[in-house]
Amino acid sequence: MDAIILLTLTGLGLAALYFLVASGLSLVFGLADVLNFAHGLFLGVGAYATWWAAGNLPGAGPDGLGFVVAVAFGVAAGTLMAVLVELVLIRPLYSRTIEQVLVTVGLSLAGVALLQATWGADARPFPRPAWTREVTSIFGAQVPNGGLLLIVAAALVLGAILAFLRWTRYGLIIRAGVENREMVTALGIDVRKAFTLVFAIGGAAAALAGALGSVYFGTVSPQQGGSLLIFAFIVVVIGGMGSVVGSAYAAVAVGLLQQFVNYYGTSGLGDICVVALLAVVLLLRPQGIAGKAVTA
Amino acid sequence: MSEPVLTVEDLSVRIAGLHILQGVSFTVAPTGVTVLLGRNGVGKTTTLRAVVGLTPRSGEVRGTVRMGARSLLSQRTHRLVRDGLGYVPEDRCVFAGLTVAENLRLAERRGTTAAYDRVFALFPELDRRSRQRAGSLSGGQQQMLAIGRVLLNDNRLLLVDEPTKGLAPKVVTEVAEVLERVAESVPVLLVEQNLAVVRRLARDAVVLAAGRVAWAGDAQELLLETALTRSLLGVGSVEGHQPASQPAAAASAPEDGN
Repeated sequence: MDAIILLTLTGLGLAALYFLVASGLSLVFGLADVLNFAHGLFLGVGAYATWWAAGNLPGAGPDGLGFVVAVAFGVAAGTLMAVLVELVLIRPLYSRTIEQVLVTVGLSLAGVALLQATWGADARPFPRPAWTREVTSIFGAQVPNGGLLLIVAAALVLGAILAFLRWTRYGLIIRAGVENREMVTALGIDVRKAFTLVFAIGGAAAALAGALGSVYFGTVSPQQGGSLLIFAFIVVVIGGMGSVVGSAYAAVAVGLLQQFVNYYGTSGLGDICVVALLAVVLLLRPQGIAGKAVTA
Repeated sequence: MSEPVLTVEDLSVRIAGLHILQGVSFTVAPTGVTVLLGRNGVGKTTTLRAVVGLTPRSGEVRGTVRMGARSLLSQRTHRLVRDGLGYVPEDRCVFAGLTVAENLRLAERRGTTAAYDRVFALFPELDRRSRQRAGSLSGGQQQMLAIGRVLLNDNRLLLVDEPTKGLAPKVVTEVAEVLERVAESVPVLLVEQNLAVVRRLARDAVVLAAGRVAWAGDAQELLLETALTRSLLGVGSVEGHQPASQPAAAASAPEDGN
């Protein structure tokens, strides 16, 4: 029983990480039709900026309020990066899918190479609060606090994104734009501002995933974003491209499946099962769990 | 004669290798309804979409489109709409996942007061169904929402694409009545296949054939000429008839003798 609780909560922690990366990816694809392969770079920038801030930024540190400042710095850096990528590289290429893919793949590779050149290719220990290294006993299971932190953060981000989508004008524009972008424009709305906004939201969530994921794993490495991005893409497709809630459901399914199968089967079998799940969803429900309704 | 509200000169549109419009020229009068007619595939919707800047990026648009003295072709769609070019697309294009109230709220603009009174006076049904998802409305109700959305703001010209398409006869009459009332205050460029509606609403007519203007003039005069309507539109009688389809016409030469 303890093992099941532990696997469930660590699976949800993994799901939280996937959701933080996938939510922005899904919104960007749903609204702007951009398949952003550079999304993992936002995660890397967030992780490294947090790591750097914890050691160098005045007021920031590995513990207490200093850690909050470091994470906020990391999130701000990821957001800024995402906005710059949208404005400088993606905006001239809307409706040119192949060029977008080439640019974002190229940027992703260049970004990883830049991180490696600056801070080395090896994983570095991540400064983190002492309590995140400890465990909490939940119904007898010893659950790592880093995983619980991810779950709480993802739940808050999900709530914040849904509140934003439901209660603000830009949220309304994004929900409408995911359904029919052209018609939003035909109502006199400059939809490009919404594109920049979803990139910013996606960049912030990915950067938060980078910072908190590094807390969970205890290290930061240049390849971190790329490896998580693969599963985030799977989550986006399973959840329905453009649907934040669909991404949340899919992230939970993928995280739990991976964790349970890897534990009870062979290590690595969980990843294969996730790909099999993707294939099944594509065959039975190609539009994903939630289709294209953003908040469905 | 007063200045036209819209002037289209030598408009050519090429999309995916198809030369859909091949030098279309016409004007829209500053009052009443000007109807754009023609068989299926001649480029009526393409014309409206070119005017409002919605030709696909892969497409090529040439010519001149002016609203008053202002050239439109270099402008982006949202700016044209904010400057008073209202557009009601074919197939309504309401946001199915949003409520009626949210669909209307999207059309609100900062700095102006949305004319909800005007919209609800024309379509009281929208007020009653404000919390209903637009996707669950009937076709007629969706059309009312699509028109109502545009009427929330003051417009200098309305482009309306096949508003009666796929609607029940009773609803067609309701939509025609609304457009008649709307046209009392704002000029309308209407694409319409239902000739009974055309007869009721239109003052001027422009007939396209194979991407060119085949006839332009008084709409009522056109409809009285049975032989002319048959040759241009493929029908001989006005009542309830819709022009025959001409799927291959888009890229072919104009019809002779029209």
